[in-house]
Parts: sequence; structure tokens; C-alpha cells
Amino acid sequence: GWRRAMGRPALLLLALCAAGARGLYFHIGETEKRCFIEEIPDETMVIGNYRTQMWDKQKEVFLPSTPGLGMHVEVKDPEGKVVLSRQYGSEGRFTFTSHTPGDHQICLHSNSTRMALFAGGRLRVHLDIQVGEHANNYPEIAARDKLTELQLRARQLLDQVEQIQKEQDYQRYREERFRLTSESTNQRVLWWSIAQTVILILTGIWQMRHLKSFFEAKKLV
Amino acid sequence: VPGPGGASEITFELPDNAKQCFYEDITQGTKCTLEFQVITGGHYDVDCRLEDPDGNVLYKEMKKQYDSFTFTASKNGTYKFCFSNEFSTFTHKTVYFDFQVGEDPPLFPSENRVSALTQMESACVSIHEALKSVIDYQTHFRLREAQGRSRAEDLNTRVAYWSVGEALILLVVSIGQVFLLKSFFSDKRTTTTRV
Repeated sequence: GWRRAMGRPALLLLALCAAGARGLYFHIGETEKRCFIEEIPDETMVIGNYRTQMWDKQKEVFLPSTPGLGMHVEVKDPEGKVVLSRQYGSEGRFTFTSHTPGDHQICLHSNSTRMALFAGGRLRVHLDIQVGEHANNYPEIAARDKLTELQLRARQLLDQVEQIQKEQDYQRYREERFRLTSESTNQRVLWWSIAQTVILILTGIWQMRHLKSFFEAKKLV
Repeated sequence: VPGPGGASEITFELPDNAKQCFYEDITQGTKCTLEFQVITGGHYDVDCRLEDPDGNVLYKEMKKQYDSFTFTASKNGTYKFCFSNEFSTFTHKTVYFDFQVGEDPPLFPSENRVSALTQMESACVSIHEALKSVIDYQTHFRLREAQGRSRAEDLNTRVAYWSVGEALILLVVSIGQVFLLKSFFSDKRTTTTRV
């Protein structure tokens, strides 16, 4: 497995150089679907970048790129409706903006139909998901709007504060849902205990009357 | 020399009896922090393990709900951290983690900072750091609230099912008791007791 790759420092350095920017990665099987959840307020932009590397069984190393392999990305909103469902290449970038607050589910799986590609059984996926303010590309904004350094910093602070406000609004909405659930539980427990008492009393009365008439018929009472 | 770093915040689903690992290549001397929290599922606990490139275990905790671990990378290489739900037979968990490697990239990556920051710029930097910490607190609050809400919704469903179930059992048992009692007193033979 990956330990054998660790035994070849030269190749590792090569892989590090080829990897370029640092990033988190994980391994995924051929038919495996990996899902990630982003709980976000509404009108929030999410940008995801991924890069795949395939395991070369002969060289026992991860190849720098995977031509011919694609990844299918599917994003569902909190109500289960599909927001984004697209096929990308071995390297891709997907973007979506939330229109309802809540849990959005981002699922990735490879579209490999050729078994030969997956001889090693593993694909390395580098993934980076940026949400809200982190998704902004400040050098690009500075160039586009021709901002000075101070203006750019102020813009960053404004974006951060906007994100905080959106999160607080979302928090209020969640707290209301929580309160509704708790009050519903409270109501249910109240009605249930009343109903249980009523059923208990009624069945008790029925039992006694039924048995009394039964024993009277049997001439035991 | 540690280069510009970044943070990865990911929430993923960990099925029962499963283990999921994440890897990151880190240069020596980089200060890293791994923070994780279990959001939904069972007793809201997970096993976590962090290993360095040589396989030495830097951090290992079983059945933790929340923890934060800071370390400085002692060597270059791939660091691996795994979350395991192998002790659970039928509850799948949702786990959040935040892996911060080094410092966030500066706002102006291409410029060489020749002059020191002006007072205004320093003030902006402090406000930025403070707001980052506010956003971080908000995230943790949101996760705790999600946990509490998940428990409340579980409780609500459970109360609904249990109350209906118990009412049915009550009826069945009381009717059953009466008929059972009657069967003790019923004659097998057809002798009459009336004169």
C-alpha cells in the first residue's frame, strides 16, 4: 500500500513537486461514492477543487495525472433536490450557490467504466472545498476593481462580516426549528400521558365489569 | 522553510464499521492543528488516530466527541489521520474536522513586503484575525446546535412511536388477561351446574 511508496523518497519528492499546492487527499474505490456535507446559510457560494491521481500497479506509485478518467459531481440541497449534477475530467472545479439554508450534500464518484484503469483498485482524490468568504479570490478582485491594499483589506473585512451576519440569521432559523421540535415533543408527551391514563381507567372498568358478569353467570359470586 | 498553508474543513458521513483516512503532505516545521467533532449518530463518539510519515502515532483517542490537537511537523512527508466507527454495529456517524496546516496564505502573495505595515493595515490585520475567530466560534456553535437538534428530533420520533406502541400493548394485555382468566374457569366437560 502507501507504505511501499514511502520507501522511495525520491519518487515521493517527485510526487510532492507534481502535487504543487498542498492539499488534503483521500483514497476512493472504483464504485465508491464519497459524500461530504456542507451546512450553509442561503445565498452562499461554495467552490470545490479536486484533482485525481491513479495508482500505477507496475511502478507502485501514484501517477501525476489521470487522463481519460472523469469524476461525477452531484450536489443536493437540504430538500433533496439536485442542484448540480455534472461530469468533470480528472481535474475539475465545481461551483454552486445555495438558495435555501441547510445541509447540502456534495457527492463524488468516478465514472470509470474500464476495469483496466482501476487495476490497483484505488484512486487518490485531492479535494479542497471553500465556502463563502474563503471562496473569494482577492488578488482577482483587486485587479478587477482596481483597489489599493487598504481597500482590499477593507473589502475582505466586509465580506467576513457579511458571512457572520448570514450565519447568525441562519442560526435564528435553526433555533426556531429546534424550539418547534421541542414543543412538539412536549405536546406529544402531554397528550400521551392523558391518553394512557384514560385508556388505563377504561380498560380497568371494562375488565371488572366483564369479569363480574362472567363470574355471576358461573354462579361463583 | 514552511510555505503558505491553508485549512481544510470537511464534514463527511462515516458508515458503521467503517474507517476513513485522510492524508496531507506537510513540510518540516509547519505548525498544524486537527480539530474534530461528531455531529450526529449513536453516542456521538468516534475513534481518531494521527500518524506521521514513519507511522509513529502522534495522537490516538478512542470514543471522543470533540477534540483539538496541535503539533509541529518534525519531518517532511505524508501525515495521515483516520476516523474509525468500527466499534459501532449499526449507527453511522457524521463527523466534522478542521485541519489547519501552517498559516493562511497572505492577501498579497505576489508582493514582497519591503515596508512594514501601516497602522491602518495592522488594524485591518487584527480585525481580520478577530473575525476569523468569531467565524470559528460560530462553526462550533452551529455543530453543537446540530447535535442538540438531532437528539431532540430523535426524541420526538421515539416518543411518537413509543406512545402508540404502548397504548396498543396496554389494550392487548388487558383484553388478553380477561380472556385468559375466563379460560381458567371454563369447564372442559359439558356438565351443567343448573338444577
